[in-house]
Amino acid sequence: MSGPTTAAPSAPPAGPRPTTAAPRRGRPPRARRASRLLGRTAVQCVLVLTALVWITPLAGLFLSSLRPEGDNASTGWWTAFSDPSRLSLENYTALFADGGLVDAFWNTVLISVPTTVLVVGFAALAGYAFAWLDFPGRDAIFLVVVGLLVVPVQIGLLPVAKLFGAVGLFGTVTGVVLFHVAYGLPFAVFLLRNYFAEIPREMLEAARMDGGGEWRIFTRLVLPLGRPALASLAIFQFLWVWNDMLVALLFADSSAQPLTVALQSQMRQFGSNIGVLAPGAFLSLVVPLVVFFAFQRHFVQGVMAGSVK
Amino acid sequence: MAHTHTRPAATARRGAAGANPRRRAQRRRRLLAVAFVLPALLLLGALVVYPVVFSVGRSLFDADGDRFVGAANYAEIFRDPATLTALRNSTVWVVVAPLLLTGIGLVLAVLTEKIRWATAFKLVLFLPMAVSFLAAGIIFRLAYEQDPDRGVLNAVVTGVHGSFEEPAPYPTARARTGQGVSGPVGGPYTTDRTHGAGEGALLGLVGVAPGALPADAGEASAAPAPGPGEVGGTVWLDFAPGGGGEQGRIDPGEKGLPGVRVEAVADGSAVATAVTGPDGSFRFPDLAEGSYTLRLPAANFAAPYQGVDWLGPALVTPAIIGAYLWVWTGFAMVLIGAGLAAIPRDALEAARMDGASEGQIFRKITVPLLAPVLTVVFVTLVINVMKVFDLVWIIAPGPVQEEAGVLATRMWLVSFGGGNDQGLGSALSVLLLLLVIPAMVVNVRRFRRSRG
Repeated sequence: MSGPTTAAPSAPPAGPRPTTAAPRRGRPPRARRASRLLGRTAVQCVLVLTALVWITPLAGLFLSSLRPEGDNASTGWWTAFSDPSRLSLENYTALFADGGLVDAFWNTVLISVPTTVLVVGFAALAGYAFAWLDFPGRDAIFLVVVGLLVVPVQIGLLPVAKLFGAVGLFGTVTGVVLFHVAYGLPFAVFLLRNYFAEIPREMLEAARMDGGGEWRIFTRLVLPLGRPALASLAIFQFLWVWNDMLVALLFADSSAQPLTVALQSQMRQFGSNIGVLAPGAFLSLVVPLVVFFAFQRHFVQGVMAGSVK
Repeated sequence: MAHTHTRPAATARRGAAGANPRRRAQRRRRLLAVAFVLPALLLLGALVVYPVVFSVGRSLFDADGDRFVGAANYAEIFRDPATLTALRNSTVWVVVAPLLLTGIGLVLAVLTEKIRWATAFKLVLFLPMAVSFLAAGIIFRLAYEQDPDRGVLNAVVTGVHGSFEEPAPYPTARARTGQGVSGPVGGPYTTDRTHGAGEGALLGLVGVAPGALPADAGEASAAPAPGPGEVGGTVWLDFAPGGGGEQGRIDPGEKGLPGVRVEAVADGSAVATAVTGPDGSFRFPDLAEGSYTLRLPAANFAAPYQGVDWLGPALVTPAIIGAYLWVWTGFAMVLIGAGLAAIPRDALEAARMDGASEGQIFRKITVPLLAPVLTVVFVTLVINVMKVFDLVWIIAPGPVQEEAGVLATRMWLVSFGGGNDQGLGSALSVLLLLLVIPAMVVNVRRFRRSRG
């Protein structure tokens, strides 16, 4: 499920085609074909319906974010279709004018970008070392790292909060980043080590013969070869941290809080502030959605591989 | 960074090392390797390994951390009602969500094989994976809104409900007290005395909402006269607009109430039903000789159906699991779909040639061949479901937060959210770790096998 063998969703071949020539046992061909056609129509209907069900909640959020507060308080978003002229970007302008959520948006960026860079960087170094360099206890240490994969974030909250409190990192963006990096590493190292391990030995030997130092081999050979895995990992890691609420809820104070934390504090008054919550939630969605559509393939691979966490 | 780190190692000035260039090179390589893994190991050690050790130790002390209490915190997990609720909910989550997701994912993966727009479909279902649980929470808080005018789910539910069952005609109406008809508020209302053939019963109601009176409601006829041998009467609004009129009597200008269901009751059970006409009159033409009490069943006065209380204490956990399904179904489907694509086509074609039905192929070939993939999906989901926090935190409204609680939210509340019992909180986080360990074993095993 990880490494170069990660399965990607690709368009599967279209359904079975009825072959006409071969005589078949069972029902006569014509009845068979008719029932298959009927079945296929039913399948189409079920899937169209499913897709609609999946899109509707998202569409609802988007429409709600465009409606005046008063409308949201009294009617559902689906009534917006009867008078589309009432939709406007007013909620968004108000959101940007207020500034609080904009600051939170930048905090989200400030947290997720460095985290992604650090996780990918540290994990690439370690992954290469675990795969191709010799040092005492290498395999045992690697197994421990793999074991750390499933340590839930929850177990780190309290001890790390005390630790950060002692060194003055509690409440800061740096603290949040360090925590995320630490809990992102086990999976990242696991993924990259497995990927790098499949680089053909001869390639590395040849590079060494040519007198390339390990650092040179790492930057000129391993990193370029590992690009697909690095991209998937980066996307997954970025998304994971961008969407995180729990860690920041504890470690970020009000000046460092990301969008998710800023929005969750609004949930208490849910119902009266959809004009803030809906556009805010959509703002937090935009970046992941752009990433999703821009890097579909890597995105799916990253999420698939990262789900081990 | 590691680059500059390694320079001093490269120029190791130890004389002994210089004697053997091969050994020196080897040592250099080793130091380099250590430099490569060091940043990761330092962070893991300080922020992951140390916290595990700390939490295990902390869980053996009391709330303030002064007194060693042994396993008392762990015993408390099974004693504290709120924590027990969380434990129960987590069990429901772990059993229900992965099973449903794997099942739905499997069915959808098989179905998408039969359509041309499979890629688009997968894209749509996978989309929620990009959405944060916070946003998903807000989305579903909106959808689960109780008021059918605002929550889309209840709008659908009440719509479907309404198309199967006529809404009650006069939800706010009640019998005029002291005028021969009585019953509890909301019905059913029964006549105090019995009525025989040819007698016109008068059933006066008040409190009909202004909008509820249909346009075709005619004036109630002052002297309802059922035909010979018939039991009958009038249900009317015992209220003359503009005042005046006498209670319990049909006065000019008072309207009949069409569409009211009336039952003729003998010996406590309804023997016939009639529905009032535009002038409020009703008749029972075919009743056996005798006398009957007349009853207006409660269905006439039922409050309009308000939909399902999704986020009430009873349904909140299933409702949140529903939101979780929305997020994760795409994941299960795509992963299973990838496994499906790897199944040899020949096996399926051969079975089809032999006349196997699609159902048989699914059960006898597809599912067994997919078993390893299904296991991966299931185990992965169990790990993820065990740690669910954000969705519950966001979707469950304040008052039902405790009923909806799971281990992760409970752990948070106990440690940081007012509970401030870090002993119990640590015990909960250790329990969470212990519960995930079986999955860890599966993970490591799978990894070892893939290496060997």
